[in-house]
Amino acid sequence: MINWLLEPLREPIVARSLIELALLGLISGTLGCWIVLAGRAYSAESLAHSMLPGLVGAALLGLPLVLGGAIGLAVGASLIALVGRIKVLGSEVAVSVVITSLVGAGVLLGLAPTTPAGLSGILFGDLLAVGAGDIALAGGFAVIVLAVLFVLHEGLLVAGFDRLNATALGRSPAPLDLALALLLAGATLVAVQALGNLLVVAILVGPAASARLLSARIGPMMLAAVGVAWAASLVGLYASYHAELAAGAAVTCALVVAFLAALLARSLREAVASDSRRRGRGAQSRGLRLRSRRA
Amino acid sequence: MPDRNLSSDPLVRSNRLAARYPAASVPAISSITFAVEAGQRVALLGPNGGGKSTLFRVLTGELAPSSGELEISVARPALVPQSEQSRLDYPVSALDVALMGSVSRLPWWRRPSRADRVLARESLRRVGLESEANTSFGELSGGQRQRVLVARALVQDSPLLLLDEPFAGIDLPSAALLAELFNELASEGRGLLMATHDVEQARSWDLVLCCNRVQIAFGDPATVLTREVIERTYGASLVALPGDRSLAITPPHHHDHFEADR
Repeated sequence: MINWLLEPLREPIVARSLIELALLGLISGTLGCWIVLAGRAYSAESLAHSMLPGLVGAALLGLPLVLGGAIGLAVGASLIALVGRIKVLGSEVAVSVVITSLVGAGVLLGLAPTTPAGLSGILFGDLLAVGAGDIALAGGFAVIVLAVLFVLHEGLLVAGFDRLNATALGRSPAPLDLALALLLAGATLVAVQALGNLLVVAILVGPAASARLLSARIGPMMLAAVGVAWAASLVGLYASYHAELAAGAAVTCALVVAFLAALLARSLREAVASDSRRRGRGAQSRGLRLRSRRA
Repeated sequence: MPDRNLSSDPLVRSNRLAARYPAASVPAISSITFAVEAGQRVALLGPNGGGKSTLFRVLTGELAPSSGELEISVARPALVPQSEQSRLDYPVSALDVALMGSVSRLPWWRRPSRADRVLARESLRRVGLESEANTSFGELSGGQRQRVLVARALVQDSPLLLLDEPFAGIDLPSAALLAELFNELASEGRGLLMATHDVEQARSWDLVLCCNRVQIAFGDPATVLTREVIERTYGASLVALPGDRSLAITPPHHHDHFEADR
């Protein structure tokens, strides 16, 4: 048993993947909570997909993926802003149109006969290929994310909770939105090497979505999200090693299982709560704290 | 804390103030001439869409006046919004919400201190919600949520409070507690400007400002709140109810769905 657990970690490839995933979990667990609370998971997904032509272009030209992804993000964001200006369409439609076009363009480029095989690497990443440079990048960016989120904590809370009156409280939502968007773009870029264009969304949004189901406060929610990300990374990597599954996909599956478990836990808790509410006083005498809306 | 005896200058004074939303062709409010001094309670009376919230947006600096003069000696007035605007699904406690008031006094890179936390607890105590400090905001009753928002304004510690219909739809104990608290705040030397629909309540305050997109009247409620002024404020006719000294307002037949307030 001990050997079963330790054997994968003796492989430098697996150890490096685990460190990379731990850092990505720290980034996505904290930042993801604000993305989920702001209802911006769809933008996060769109932004990640808009990089695809840039990533394929970088692969074609032999440039670093991070550079291609950054250019792809900038192009995608500008196009969304431009199409969003067409008043009759609205931003949702603008995002859909632009992202679908960009993903289509990326796939066309990637599947062209002259393109070297490697589209699957771009779509699904190559977790086991992360090097010291990737880990340093993720580590540096994790420090930036934690520092920015720490300093802006109350501002983000005010802008999220009471957007309409945040300006009257001295915190305009616009710069805070921009800060979140920049961190999100950065996190997408940092994570894309390991997890690829499709799976990056899973780690950015998945842990926070699971944590949202279980937590009533933002601090515990962040801790829970980081915990979910770390646990899923560990489980996914072991499954990948012992069952010879694709590492990124195995981690993503573990994240989905964690989300389903969180959903189940929440339903059970609600069932217990409504049951004890029905029993009324009996539950109170057993020490359960009852809360009902008093109008 | 502000001392009512030190300042003779009003906290806010306006002269023929008008304000217009960027997309609108006509001003949402105009000809507003009024003042709030330290220790004064001023009721702001007007129909929905009559410009009450617009005036608040101008006073908090979110909307620039389009003409007229506005002198405001308060760095940042504390706004108590209607509690129904708040998100109920947000993972915050009553204490978290009260503590948000402190950011209005802090630069963007500073976080609330231990003293701010003490003040937030003390403010929850003043609104009678000390025991609910750790309850989720969304689990409180409507009246309790309104009181938490008042606590947030107390944490802002501003000499001028803007209250947006604080008594709308809240329970009687909450209303009684808030009414007493507002009097207390005025006697501390703070100025209060309260938007309300309640003509009878407005009569009990120091001054009243009647506004239906243009200013109808401003002054002592005893002299200002005549039948004619109330009718012009609400664009409605009054009916004297038998056996009752108060007057009921009959709404006009056409409903002007002017939503520039939001």
